[in-house]
Amino acid sequence: MITETSSVPAAVLSAPTITEQAPHIDYWLLSPLLVVFGAAVLGVLFEALVPQARRRALQLGLALAATAAAFVLTVLQGGSIPAGEAGTTLALGSVAVDRVALFLQGTILVLAFISLLLIAENRRGESAFAAQAATVPGSEEERSHILAGSQHTEVYPLVLFAVLGMQLFTAANDFLTMFIALEVMSLPLYLLCGLARRRRLFSQEAAVKYFLLGAFSSAFFLFGIALVYGYAGSVNFARVSEAIDAGGASLFEDGSGEPLLLIGIALIGVGLLFKVGAVPFHNWKPDVYQGAPTPITALMASCTLVAAFGALLRVFYTAFGASVDQWRPMLWTVAILTMVLAAVVAVTQRDIKRLLAYSSVVHAGFMLTAVVAASPEGLAGAMFYLAAYGFTTIGAFAIVTLVRTHENGPEAGELAQWAGLGRTSPLLAGSLALFLLAFAGIPLTSGFIGKFAVFEAAMAAGATPLVVVGVLSSAVTAFFYVRIIVLMFFSEPAETGPTVIRAGGLTGSAIAVGVAATFLLGVFPSPVLDNLVPQPSEEAAEPAVATADGFTR
Amino acid sequence: MLSLVIFLPLAVAVGLYAVPRLSDRVVAWSWIVACAVDFALVIAMWIGHGTGDGISYEANVRWIPSVRAGYHIGVDGLSLPLLALTSLLFLACAIYSLRQERQVRAFAALFLFLQTVSLGLFAALDLLLFFVFFDLSIVGMYFVIAGWGHGDRMRSALKFFLYTFLGSLVLLLGFIGLYLGAEPHTFDMVELTRTPPLAGSAGLGGLVLLAIGIGLAIKTPTVPFHTWLPPAHTDAPAAGSAILAGILLKMGTYGFIRIAMPMLPDAWRRYAWVIIIVGLISVLYGALVAFAQEDLKRLIAYTSVNHMGYIIVALGAAGAVGDQAARQLAVTGAVTQMVSHGLITGALFLLAGILYGRARTYDMGRFGGLAGGAPVFSGLVAVGAFASLGLPGFSGFIAEFQIFTGVIGSGGTAIVVVGALAILGILITAALFLRLLHRTVLGPPGELTAQVTDVHRSELGAVAPLLVLSVIIGVAPRFLLDVIEPFSAAVVSLVAR
Repeated sequence: MITETSSVPAAVLSAPTITEQAPHIDYWLLSPLLVVFGAAVLGVLFEALVPQARRRALQLGLALAATAAAFVLTVLQGGSIPAGEAGTTLALGSVAVDRVALFLQGTILVLAFISLLLIAENRRGESAFAAQAATVPGSEEERSHILAGSQHTEVYPLVLFAVLGMQLFTAANDFLTMFIALEVMSLPLYLLCGLARRRRLFSQEAAVKYFLLGAFSSAFFLFGIALVYGYAGSVNFARVSEAIDAGGASLFEDGSGEPLLLIGIALIGVGLLFKVGAVPFHNWKPDVYQGAPTPITALMASCTLVAAFGALLRVFYTAFGASVDQWRPMLWTVAILTMVLAAVVAVTQRDIKRLLAYSSVVHAGFMLTAVVAASPEGLAGAMFYLAAYGFTTIGAFAIVTLVRTHENGPEAGELAQWAGLGRTSPLLAGSLALFLLAFAGIPLTSGFIGKFAVFEAAMAAGATPLVVVGVLSSAVTAFFYVRIIVLMFFSEPAETGPTVIRAGGLTGSAIAVGVAATFLLGVFPSPVLDNLVPQPSEEAAEPAVATADGFTR
Repeated sequence: MLSLVIFLPLAVAVGLYAVPRLSDRVVAWSWIVACAVDFALVIAMWIGHGTGDGISYEANVRWIPSVRAGYHIGVDGLSLPLLALTSLLFLACAIYSLRQERQVRAFAALFLFLQTVSLGLFAALDLLLFFVFFDLSIVGMYFVIAGWGHGDRMRSALKFFLYTFLGSLVLLLGFIGLYLGAEPHTFDMVELTRTPPLAGSAGLGGLVLLAIGIGLAIKTPTVPFHTWLPPAHTDAPAAGSAILAGILLKMGTYGFIRIAMPMLPDAWRRYAWVIIIVGLISVLYGALVAFAQEDLKRLIAYTSVNHMGYIIVALGAAGAVGDQAARQLAVTGAVTQMVSHGLITGALFLLAGILYGRARTYDMGRFGGLAGGAPVFSGLVAVGAFASLGLPGFSGFIAEFQIFTGVIGSGGTAIVVVGALAILGILITAALFLRLLHRTVLGPPGELTAQVTDVHRSELGAVAPLLVLSVIIGVAPRFLLDVIEPFSAAVVSLVAR
């Protein structure tokens, strides 16, 4: 129920007026984003100015250095937030610099660093990307480019732009900034998806699908923003939250504005849930994950998911935190649909990349249970889950890049071709088995702690039925994870068995980092987990959404 | 020292992989030595613990402080017998596997891993730690069945994994319920036992008990959650079956005594009758179905359902109103039954493995008159069968006698009827074991009898100690009961709160 209020602050309605002075911006706090942005722009210049032969090493070095430097800056800023404070906002309250944003940005940067290693893997001059994307697949021109050894080094600046968008997406503190971040993040990804070296038509189809559906979801998102702006008179999250408390902008003193808010929440939810890949907005995931070059799939499955969840958490915790009773049923439904449908459909998949895509949808459902919890514990659980899942999933896709149908052949996507892999290359199969067990949530892997944390938070928030559904769906997912392990270790190798190409140093280190993170976060989760849960300082009566959760408001 | 006992096998397993190019013989013997040392350490702990009712060898290290879960371990009158049983049975399996030929190193490493997991579970005093070991035992056993089993092993292994994994997840739900019910939130078993969570809210307590009960009942297993057991046993290798029946099933009943009873005493008392009935059905149904089996291993598997049923009946009776001493007797009997069943069924499964190793089948109808060609083997089977049916002089008798006396003595007419019906179970078991002996050991030779040669030294060395210990417990049970009794007194008073 909307309670009628007599006075709404006039400032809510008044748009930021243009004054003589430019707004003060703390560039130090913005520096992690600026470093990545600057490197991306520099990368574009390199494309224009540096000779082709030297571009790859330069671009890769620049991209790695930028992500590493941005990570260091992010950590420094995390350390400079005074204890007990959530953080601050800058640029007229449009970007938040708080613990949640910094943690997720740090995670994105680390995961992007590992993904860059995969993207850079270059075997005998052959990367995962098309030699010249502008040529018609199968044409003479394409052949000549392949023979000439052309390479798309534009990939690196594109990745950096995408990473910039992701960083901003988790930190955006008003809807317009968030929308811009969404586009900055998505546009390079649409392009990158279409650049696969093999099965190019398939890859281009994936890119088009992703682009069309993504454009639709952006439109929904934007329309939702418009409605919420109409209701609240501002796009700033803090103002929106205040407006919801006050029952809407002063126009709606009679309480008639609620439909605007509800439809706005729903439409914004559609936009964000599309990026997260929750049922029923998940249809792009299998196709895109399968069609995109596998290193890009790894980037999307880890970094994009982190960014999308970061935005989802921020919007629903801060902006719409006050109307939790309105959106909770919606997320309940979506979470249940996601966990059940995706798990069941995943069982029927025969292609490893599609299977991992559906598994990513299921995991998104598990994380949604933490969003439903709408508590600091839920937030911490979701953040831990995101980090843990990101490392594991990059490792898994790194392994996918190594298993080929034959030497110099394309990746062996068909699961049937993976039979007996455990006999021929035990180390590789063992790593994948570990990742799959982590996905299944077996103890001593990071997956268990993550699942435990989100389920515990959801139960504490009274969403026990949701957790029961989650448990059942975990058992279903365990079925197809274990089936792959069986296939690898206990089946006779097929005559046309896969060839495992030797892991290059870059891919090898990506897998090694994945294994190490999966183990360490599983056995010693406390260094990460303890820093995520804010220590409760006050024994105040519980509001609809607890406020001591690390978001700045 | 307890941590050493728990992690010694795992360290040896890692060592087996760290040293390159070990011959199979070296691997097998280092496995045996590791198990023997571990067993000796457990015995030393047993002596050190004495007969007090407290927790000794306690260690408590912070692990995940934000949810107040720690690496908290210790031993008391319940865990000690099970630790000893675990290390002994794993030693027997190590000796039995001297004749193993396929992938010896991986097999040994997997069993050593399972040993660490089992020991850790029986020593864990933290719910999250307990759960970690509980789940890892499923993973370990899955690989044992899938990798070294026979028959339709993939299917059985997958069924086993999914069924028990689902059970473990339900159990986790229950644990989270306990955690959230406790004030302050904690996973520490000692604290949860001291101040039972959810004491005020009957409905929630019942739900949490339901979750924990289903999770543990699947592992135990009780009817109707037993259907994963027969295929898993049939297709598992002999040593795997012995561990599955002897140790892993105990994790379920152990959980009931360690977690469900003291932490949810209200709910346990309220639903005692449900538990008793489930146990009774397991007793009768397990025995009747076992009677109908042609397959030796399925037969033993179903007698496990029957034997675990007695334990459930006893634990349920401990929650019913009635005489304190009788309920204590029931709990002591239940713990003794856990040890006894581990020894006897472990031995029987190893013997079934010997039979399969010679003739490649478990079909009882194709054997007969084994006593002629394989007298020692036949003798061992006979001893195992008599021990399992609860003949006086064996550990099974001590256990079941205490259970029945405790159950019948603990209350009114209804419970006497239950006791009487459960005794029927013994009658059926006796009949089925005599039928087993009649069909395989005695009578005219069957088509495969000629293939069955007598036991080898290593096989005898694995099986005989288990049966000898069963006889020792049957004749002089004091050393065991002295350890258990203080604990069962404590549990009964905890349930009565």
